[in-house]
Amino acid sequence: MKALPLSKAVFGSAVVVFLMAPLFAILPLAFTDSVFLNYPIPSFSLRWFDELFTADAWRRSIINSLIIGAGTTVLATVLGTVASLGLRGRSVSLLFGFFRTVFLLPMVVPAVVLGVGMQLMFAQYGLANTYLGVIVAHTVIAIPFVVVNVTAALQGIDHRLENAAASLGAPPIVVLRRVTLPLAMPGIISGAVFAFATSLDEVVLTLFVAGPNQRTVARQMFSTIRENISPAIAAAAFLFIAGTVVIAALVYLVRRRNQIA
Amino acid sequence: MMGNAFIHFDNVSKAFGVMTVVDNLELAIQQGEFVSMLGPSGSGKTTLLMMLAGFEAPSSGSISVKGKRVDALPPYKRNMGVVFQNYALFPHMTVAENVAFPLKMRGVSRSETAERVGKALDMVQLGQFHERRPSQLSGGQQQRVALARALVFEPEVVLMDEPLGALDKKLREQMQMDIRDIHHRLGLTIVFVTHDQAEALTMSDRIAIFNHGKIEQIGKPSEIYDRPTTQFVAEFIGETNLLSGRVTACRNGLLDVAVEGGQQIKVASTAKFEPGEHVKVSVRPERIELAPAGGSANELSVRVSDVVYRGDHLQVIAAAASGPLVVKSTRKASAPRIGDEAVASFSPEQCWIVA
Ligand SMILES: Nc1ncnc2c1ncn2[C@@H]1O[C@H](COP(=O)(O)OP(=O)(O)OP(=O)(O)O)[C@@H](O)[C@H]1O
Ligand SMILES: [Mg+2]
Repeated sequence: MKALPLSKAVFGSAVVVFLMAPLFAILPLAFTDSVFLNYPIPSFSLRWFDELFTADAWRRSIINSLIIGAGTTVLATVLGTVASLGLRGRSVSLLFGFFRTVFLLPMVVPAVVLGVGMQLMFAQYGLANTYLGVIVAHTVIAIPFVVVNVTAALQGIDHRLENAAASLGAPPIVVLRRVTLPLAMPGIISGAVFAFATSLDEVVLTLFVAGPNQRTVARQMFSTIRENISPAIAAAAFLFIAGTVVIAALVYLVRRRNQIA
Repeated sequence: MMGNAFIHFDNVSKAFGVMTVVDNLELAIQQGEFVSMLGPSGSGKTTLLMMLAGFEAPSSGSISVKGKRVDALPPYKRNMGVVFQNYALFPHMTVAENVAFPLKMRGVSRSETAERVGKALDMVQLGQFHERRPSQLSGGQQQRVALARALVFEPEVVLMDEPLGALDKKLREQMQMDIRDIHHRLGLTIVFVTHDQAEALTMSDRIAIFNHGKIEQIGKPSEIYDRPTTQFVAEFIGETNLLSGRVTACRNGLLDVAVEGGQQIKVASTAKFEPGEHVKVSVRPERIELAPAGGSANELSVRVSDVVYRGDHLQVIAAAASGPLVVKSTRKASAPRIGDEAVASFSPEQCWIVA
């Protein structure tokens, strides 16, 4: 194991560079003064951030992303947590194994397939081109992340703690509220963050089920890059990444605090 | 038949898969009694406690409390304080919140809760630890929080699964006294699991010795120690010498037994035995007198083969014709030396037949 420290370091760095290079390529362009999305950068400015928050299409899309992201987060976290609680400790049963697989399926089913199906179905029920429709679509693909995280958190809870609470007089619903959920909270929070992130950068399903009024930032970037390659995309990307880093840091802090406590 | 018992296990069995962990168990516990369960690891003590607390359902048989079957009663309605083997403190709550939990569940007012939590924590000498998290406490301190939490709501029945296992000797003895005191003061019925026989002997009204999911013997500490009925109990509680032999005569409550090696001993016994029957005789090391010459009814000539210093006494290994005998020799007697020839003697009343 301890052999080859050099090759390990080289390989590790290569992977990091491979993963990070696209980010470093796009990020500086967010601060360009030019109207073109390319190097070299003539001079730096914040005009594209300004554009992002003032141009109608961009502003609208940011608000849409926040609405849809929030809706998805709430819905997916609630449903995914309930599903995990229901599946808890029943790994042996065939039926529950089946349910578990179903909940995780959206992770592997191609988004295009889901998108086509949803478009057909939503049209039937009047959900096409509505916020609710987009939120439902995003929830479907966000739920697996919640289920995975919450299931892992629940597995880490010593069942005897819940027994202890019951012996002290807590009925099942109180045990859930005061013991199980608080102890699973780090997993629930990670799940919620993943759900929000999933909703934020989801493009394919959005293309299928969202109307012009539900254009999200990701969707807006997608069409902008085809129509006029503007550095506003880089600015949007910058916001995305900054947001992700902040959220990841928050999750890390929450987890750490819970571990220390 | 045991209709007036406070807690009654009626023919209770528990199996996990094919493994029977509790086997057709009968046990009646009176109100206010302190009953200890003692037995080897895996003998089903925790399982029995968990069935009483409502976390495991008996595979067959029934459990009653105050004459009512509790089989259908969920744990949170049983009003029993439970101290779990691994403490089971809530890691996301402070010590005070842990202890306040059962009071909160019972709708006790805020001010009364604060007062009772304070008292409970003072009782277990954790007065300064209210705001700590369980993870910031030592094992012994956690155990005491668990104890305070199980007692603070003054349940009628308290189940304790090795509650003092992690404490050092001094604190342990202190807590033993405190629990005894609480038991007497509040008239609690306590079912207490322990690995420590000294603890069981000092604390209990009765001791139940478990083996393979069955109670081998149940009785007052003195009965268990002075009159174990089986070899298992005799060896599990304290130390014992076992002499196997054959009955040669049986009259007037006195047995003549020819032990291996040919010597005759007399054993007081109310039970009847046929001559020729094979028996095992148990005698405690401290009941045996080692002297240069005999003096009692039973005399075995021995040779001292080892002497072990034990602080308050000497443990002497004496080789008899029937096999090695362990003798507890007080410090007052002149110290035997390895190689000494001596006579090991004990009276017929100080030995007994075990199954
Ligand atoms: N939920 C369970 N599923 C399967 N087997 C179990 C379960 N709980 C206990 N057992 C088994 O039942 C037997 C008795 O366990 P129990 O915990 O009652 O023993 P114990 O007397 O409390 O032992 P210890 O002194 O080590 O605590 C053990 O062999 C254990 O492996
Ligand atoms: Mg146990």
